[in-house]
This record gives sequence, structure tokens and C-alpha cells, in this order.
Amino acid sequence: MLLMKITSLSISITLIVLCAGLLAGYSTAADANPYGELTKVPAKESARTNPLEHDPDAVAAGGKLYGLHCAECHGANGEGGKNKKKGPALRVSEIHQATPGTLFWLLTNGAVRRGMPVWSKLPEPQRWQIVTYVKSLAASPTPASGTR
Amino acid sequence: MAGLSSRGSGLAVLAVLVVATLAFPAQAQESPYIVTYDHYMEEPGSLDVEYFSTFGTQRGGNDFHAFWMEFEYGANAWWTTEFYLDGQTTVGDSTIFTGFRWENRFRLLKHEHFINPVLYVEYENTSGADKILKEVEGHDVEEDYSDPNSVARQDHGHELETKLILSKTFKGWNIAENTIATKNLSNEPWEFGYAIGASRPLALKASANRCSLCRENFIAGLEMYGGLGDRYSFGLHDTSHYLAPVLAWNLPSNWTVRLSPGFGLNDNSHQFILRWGLSHEFAGFGSAVARIFGGH
Repeated sequence: MLLMKITSLSISITLIVLCAGLLAGYSTAADANPYGELTKVPAKESARTNPLEHDPDAVAAGGKLYGLHCAECHGANGEGGKNKKKGPALRVSEIHQATPGTLFWLLTNGAVRRGMPVWSKLPEPQRWQIVTYVKSLAASPTPASGTR
Repeated sequence: MAGLSSRGSGLAVLAVLVVATLAFPAQAQESPYIVTYDHYMEEPGSLDVEYFSTFGTQRGGNDFHAFWMEFEYGANAWWTTEFYLDGQTTVGDSTIFTGFRWENRFRLLKHEHFINPVLYVEYENTSGADKILKEVEGHDVEEDYSDPNSVARQDHGHELETKLILSKTFKGWNIAENTIATKNLSNEPWEFGYAIGASRPLALKASANRCSLCRENFIAGLEMYGGLGDRYSFGLHDTSHYLAPVLAWNLPSNWTVRLSPGFGLNDNSHQFILRWGLSHEFAGFGSAVARIFGGH
């Protein structure tokens, strides 16, 4: 009986604390700049290097993963979603200049308030493959419109 | 006749899913769990249509085949809502509709942490004949499922079910724990239960080619779930528990196939449960519906 009471009390306290965290976490208005999240990445995480940067298959594998998981919101060629609720373009200087660690952290943690889900369910090597592909996208010129 | 009816409805569902697949290409990365929840939400705007079956052995009664449809929608990145329709066929008895459920999951923290909590709230309107065993709680035991459908369906329940989902993914492994607290709204005590699971993809790096049988498309794991009694008799006595290996196959065409043989761990449990599921994710479903109604 004592164990049951402790469990019930623990659950109640946890839920109250977490709900308070929820309200605090989501009450702040989202920034207007869609790339603002890039500046919020911890310095230690930004400094991480891409272990698959020189993997000859990483761009191709990342491109496949991008097409499966990211293209719906960011566009088939990284040109961005078709309406403002979708993901921002990735062939831009902000992404080109971002470190691999920054992109990896953002992919892992998402930008939940902006509608980007967390992608930590993809294993870490797959996230690095996507980062490799996105960096290759950002380094190449934006395709002419209608190339999707 | 009951079997034919069940098979017919299954084929109809399959046909609808196949046709709809052509309109919404993409890919899911679904977990293999059937009972346990991890902390991942449905992608915003995506609709996951899922069909699941549970075949269970029954001592002191007839074996059964319970089945349900799930319509899981990502309202946004921190809220997933889901609607269930349940039914079952009991061998030598009948096929009946057993109720519906409306489930909501809320991600509580905006970033990934060492442990990631999700709050789960569900309303259930099901009859006593419901046998999908989507969760085991309180003093649920095998004997509860032995009544004929004509008797069991007379018992109707309105339940509020809550879960605290805790989950973590580390080096490819997902570890998830669910604490369940359920209240029958007709003045019955809170009942408790648990589910825990661990899973990992068979390969962590993706291959460069689009493929169906690549190892990274398979996720294998194990889940365990059972009851913890109720408010007045908390503990393991008169409860049932199961251990079930799980396997998911995520196809590039956005289909996911799941298989899970489950084994009862004590005399109160069904000796054997075989579950399987087929699901398809319709990415961009929300946008498509919005366009139909003149949105962007």
C-alpha cells in the first residue's frame, strides 16, 4: 500500500512539474527568422565534427534519407516548402556557413515550436549522412524553379 | 462466416491503403513496439493508417483474433492524436465491434534530454468483449476473456487512461518505459500497469541505394508489459505479464510491417499471443486536406 501511494504521488508530482515545464517551454513566441534556431545551438555541440565527412557513400546515403524523411517539408532539392508552414530552404548561406555539428544538433533535437520534429529516432550515423548531404546541397547553387 | 467477414474487412482495408499509397509517397521510420510507446511523435501533418491483429490462446474458452484500426495524425511536432476502432472474432462464437478509443500524446520538453517524457491521455469507450490487449493493467487476467461475446459485450466501459512515457535513444538503442494509470469512469478504482521496451535497427548506417531488404530497414527488439493491481491492491498478485520479441520492417514505399509473438509469464496470462500489423504513413496529409478546403 505504501509503495502504491509513493508511486501515485511520484506520478502526480512528475506530471505537475512536466506540465509546468510544457507551459514555460512553449509560451515564448517563435522568432521570425526561420534560421534563428541555428544560433541557439550550444557551442560544444556546434564544434562537433562530422565523422562521415570523407565517407564516399555519405552524400548518396544522406540523399536517400533526405528524400525519405526531409523532402516533404524542405523540398526535393532543398528549395524549401511550398507554404510558410513548411520547412525553410536549405540551399542558403545560413546553412552553408553552419558547422556540421550545428546541423546535427538541430536534426537531433528538432525545432519543436517551429514544427520540426526531433529526428533522434534515426541512428546517429544516419543523421551524419543527412548532414553530409545537406552540406553538399548548401554548397551547390540553387536550381532553377520548377526542377523538383 | 465470422472468419469470412473478418477476412473481407481486412482485404477492404488493404485495398484502400494500396490505392491511397499512390497519392502520398514518402517513408516512415516506425518503432517495432506494439504495446510500448517511445517518445517520438507522428511527423506534423502526416497521417499514419495502421491495422493490427492479435491472435490469443484462451484456456477455459475459445481462442480469439482481435483486430483494430488506428488513425494517427501529427497535429504538430509536440502533439499526436489518434483514433482507434476495435473488433474481435472469437473462434466458434462471433465477430463483433468492441468500441473506440481517442488517444493524445504530448511531448513535454522541446529538446532531447537524457530522459524524454511524453504525457499520454486516452478516452476509451469499449465493451467487455474487447480483446486487443493494447495494454494490460490492474488485475487483468486470462479468465476475464473467457466469457462468450453475447455476455461480455453487455459490460460497457468508459475509461480514462493516462501514461507517463519515458524514453531514450542512445547509440542506436531505444529504451522506453510506460507507467499506466487507468480510471473506469463508473466509480471504479484507479488501475495500474507498465510496459517496457528496448529496440535497435539491425544496421545504423544507411546504404547508398534505395532498397527494401537493407538491414537498416529492420528494427528488432523486446517488450514486456503487465498489470500492477489497483488502488486498493497494488502489486503483482492476480496480475498477468507478457514478454514479446518485436520486429518492424520499414519499407521505402512508406509501409511498415510489424510482427510480435508474445508469451505469458505466469498462470494468469494467455499462454501465447501473436500480433502483426501493417501501416502506411501519408506524409503531407494535413496539407492535402487544407488545399481541398481552400487553404495553403
